[in-house]
Amino acid sequence: MANARRSLRSELGRVRGLGSAKEGVQHWWMQRITAIALVPLSLWFVAGIVFVIDVDRATAIQWLGSPLTLGLMSLFLIALIYHAVLGLQVVIEDYIHSHATKLVLLLLIQFAGFGLAAAGIIAMLLITIYGG
Amino acid sequence: MASHPRPVSPHLEIYRPQLTSVTSILHRITGGFLSVGILPLVYWLIAAASGPDAFNQAQALAGSIVGRIFLFLWTGAFFYHLLNGIRHLAWDAGWGYELPAVYRTGWTVLIGTVVLTILAWVLGYWARGNV
Ligand code: HEM
Repeated sequence: MANARRSLRSELGRVRGLGSAKEGVQHWWMQRITAIALVPLSLWFVAGIVFVIDVDRATAIQWLGSPLTLGLMSLFLIALIYHAVLGLQVVIEDYIHSHATKLVLLLLIQFAGFGLAAAGIIAMLLITIYGG
Repeated sequence: MASHPRPVSPHLEIYRPQLTSVTSILHRITGGFLSVGILPLVYWLIAAASGPDAFNQAQALAGSIVGRIFLFLWTGAFFYHLLNGIRHLAWDAGWGYELPAVYRTGWTVLIGTVVLTILAWVLGYWARGNV
């Protein structure tokens, strides 16, 4: 502890976040909030997809390019990817015990989540503006 | 040392599968599988934004045998996770913990999954005049 006294870090700062309880409640809540949002949003999405997957381009673009679809699809993508990242995080924490691997995987799904959400929403904007 | 063996958490290899444990692990498996589906979804949206060639390629992929099998499994996983997710939310609200309710809702989820998955696909084919 001799070094600790020479450090700018306080004793509290050194130990904070090292216990088992980190931000669990927040995580638990967001998993539930996104789950509740996904009930109507994912039903809307699946109903839509059932009718536009495997149809001709004009029909699909007509549906995808409407402002209503843009709004709902964006909300769906955000809720879906947020929920999936939170969920996968728990699965990784449960099964991966090596600290390094766990950290890499957690970073990977976070970055992938942001990237996929941005890509999906930008694609939707382009379809709405330019008609694909 | 205690002379009695201590209770241990279930060792899955020797643990008899029960409705409760099976519905629980299925929620995790379907959650993971559904997450994988985000990749083709975003690819499909990008293809739709990229023009006719890219989009037709994506549609052909979705309509291929592999594409259809994946979409069918994804629909099944979706309805399972949706129904069992509602079951989870009911538990979180403090409802449905009695054993008879746990079994009743568990079977409802399983049967509902089969019914809704088949219904979605029949509707999809019917909408294209293929049924
Ligand atoms: C359709 C896209 C969805 C994806 C990709 C997805 C993904 C996931 C994943 C990966 C998990 C973590 C599983 C685990 O920890 O074992 C999870 C958990 C959960 N999901 Fe979803 N999910 C989706 C839709 C839904 C919907 C519509 C609901 C609404 C009822 C829902 C409710 C839940 C709940 C309540 C949990 C937490 C379960 C627990 O605490 O064990 N999910 N989801």
